[in-house]
Amino acid sequence: MLGILASIIDGVLVGLVYGLAAMGLTLIWGVMDVINLTHGAMVVAGMMALYLLVSALGISPYLTLPPVLVGGFFVGVALYWIAIHRMVGRPPLMSLLSTFSVNLILIGVGTAVWGTALFNVEVSLPGVTIGRYTFPGPHILAAVLAAVIAGLLYIFLQYTRIGKALRAVANNREAAELVGIPTTRLLAISVGLGVALAGVSGVLIGTLFPFTILSGDSYQLKGFIVTVLGGFGNPVGALLGGVALGLLEGAVTPFVPVSWTLVIEFGLFVLVLIAFPGGIFASRRGAL
Amino acid sequence: MKRLCLLAAAATLFAAPAFAEDTITVGFTDSLTGPLNVDSLGQERGYEFWRDQVNAAGGIKVDGKSYQVKFVTYDDQSVGGRVQQLYTRLINEDKADFLFGPYSSGLTAPAAVISEQYGKIMLNSGGAEEKPFQLGNKYLFMVITPAGKYLSGAVAALKAKNPNAKIAMVYSDDPFSKRVLASAKEQAIAAGLQVVMDESYAPSTTDFGPIVNKIISSNADAFLGGGHYSDGATLARQMYDQKANMKWVSILVAPADDKFGELGPAALGVTVPSQWEAQVSYKPDFGPTTAEFAKAFQDKFNAKADYHAAAGYTAGTILQHAIEQANSIDPEKVAAALNATDVTTFFGHVKFSTDPASHGLQVAHQMVLAQWQSSNGKLGRQVVWPTDAQSANLIYPISASQ
Repeated sequence: MLGILASIIDGVLVGLVYGLAAMGLTLIWGVMDVINLTHGAMVVAGMMALYLLVSALGISPYLTLPPVLVGGFFVGVALYWIAIHRMVGRPPLMSLLSTFSVNLILIGVGTAVWGTALFNVEVSLPGVTIGRYTFPGPHILAAVLAAVIAGLLYIFLQYTRIGKALRAVANNREAAELVGIPTTRLLAISVGLGVALAGVSGVLIGTLFPFTILSGDSYQLKGFIVTVLGGFGNPVGALLGGVALGLLEGAVTPFVPVSWTLVIEFGLFVLVLIAFPGGIFASRRGAL
Repeated sequence: MKRLCLLAAAATLFAAPAFAEDTITVGFTDSLTGPLNVDSLGQERGYEFWRDQVNAAGGIKVDGKSYQVKFVTYDDQSVGGRVQQLYTRLINEDKADFLFGPYSSGLTAPAAVISEQYGKIMLNSGGAEEKPFQLGNKYLFMVITPAGKYLSGAVAALKAKNPNAKIAMVYSDDPFSKRVLASAKEQAIAAGLQVVMDESYAPSTTDFGPIVNKIISSNADAFLGGGHYSDGATLARQMYDQKANMKWVSILVAPADDKFGELGPAALGVTVPSQWEAQVSYKPDFGPTTAEFAKAFQDKFNAKADYHAAAGYTAGTILQHAIEQANSIDPEKVAAALNATDVTTFFGHVKFSTDPASHGLQVAHQMVLAQWQSSNGKLGRQVVWPTDAQSANLIYPISASQ
């Protein structure tokens, strides 16, 4: 019984990080209806930044969060101008293909430079032990940080001028332009924020598990499930979707052979899509 | 001057076709991209290292002529679907005389369908699963120990340390890992050990937290499993982070790479079945000794040779030996020479099954068990089993090494 509870708690902890990873994906979708297929590569970029900064400077892994956040923002703005700007308002396939191309380039360059060798960042934080089960310190801290960052994003979107303007653009781009909002700049900012969130979640995931240059694909895939669970274009829903996914992984594993976990996850994915085509926590169109 | 030019032109005319004839083309695919990149790179370096050494020594001698070895290679992107197209191309368009296998069991099986269809000899040094060898293939030869024997050493060593061990087997849902663990389960039960958990996970699994909790709940004190690369490393790290308190951990493939040491304390005590380690020396019938190979490899690539590199190099030396024994590049004659091969190189003893039910399977090569240990503050692999080959004593339980 304690083992099941431990798995569920563990699932929720990791689920919060999944949720944060999916927030970037869903934010960009919410603002401009673009599915950013560089998301996985950006998560890996965060992991690599963590590894390189920690091994070069010997700093605490968590001190890499601010530079990755800022760096990720500028990378995202550059990504917008390179691959997305001319695709906004066009059929979704166009932006899918352009971001997928950038993803292939990034992964290709990463593989050429680092290969698919293993990277690991050692984090020594005491965990919490209940009976025979231990919740590692990095898992607890990553979950707390993910929740804090998600909360800050919520405050940013709800209470700041730029946040309000972003929501206005998501709601109705033409109307936002009519009242003088520089929509193109805001679209660039939203991609910047989305990529920054992907990078930051990469840092947090990098403190939990070893990774390779190809690890991003799995998190991108999980990002889609979380987005569907949480509601398309709803960043707060994404966090809840992440928790739901983690909870599901934790709750299912003790009862079924572990190879069934993915089947159940994707089965649920299809069921939710049928029952709630906009996701469980779908907000009204463009409300962010 | 004019006469000299004419002479030179004539020499070129005659020299060009002669050069083309004196080349043996070996084709293979490598996984330059995709998840198999790391292990494939080792194997590819082994192949290249052999080619460069052979060519520098004057080539392969056949019937009084010396043949230079030429490679034709493509990136299979670690995808099985690509392999069949590329091996067909290697045979039909690039006119490969011989083939080397791709890396991994999953890619070797589809490649073997093509090589056999065209009657091309393929030396396999990176796919340990037995299945392709049970299909009546005549031109497929494996230089490494097959999957069924991968964990034999681990089971024997574990039994020696704890005859009452309770084992959790958790492994990747791929043909190689499933075969290795199915065989290990039979051997463990035959040895009187208990298997208290036996489950496979999807190769794309990233978080093993709930699985590790399940292992703890199973009351197991020994772990056998893993798969290919990042999954094995993540399992090791999470079992350490979640204090699973295993007394024994054997993980496939991942700990055989030096980068596994990045896990720090989580790597300590982990054992890995290995096809070859630099600490084990066999007396070779021909070719370099272990020390010569390891040093020359290090000098050339500025990296330590792993077992994938040693196996790749061995595929080359065994092919060369067979061609020279057959004194021909005719596939039938070389296949007959391979069937008769019974030699020892720095990699160990190599002999192929000639039984039609398992033709080409490796029957002589022995694996060793290596363990990550700390020596003078530095992490490294030590050979711990079999005892007559060991470079350090086996540490049991793992907690004694951490």
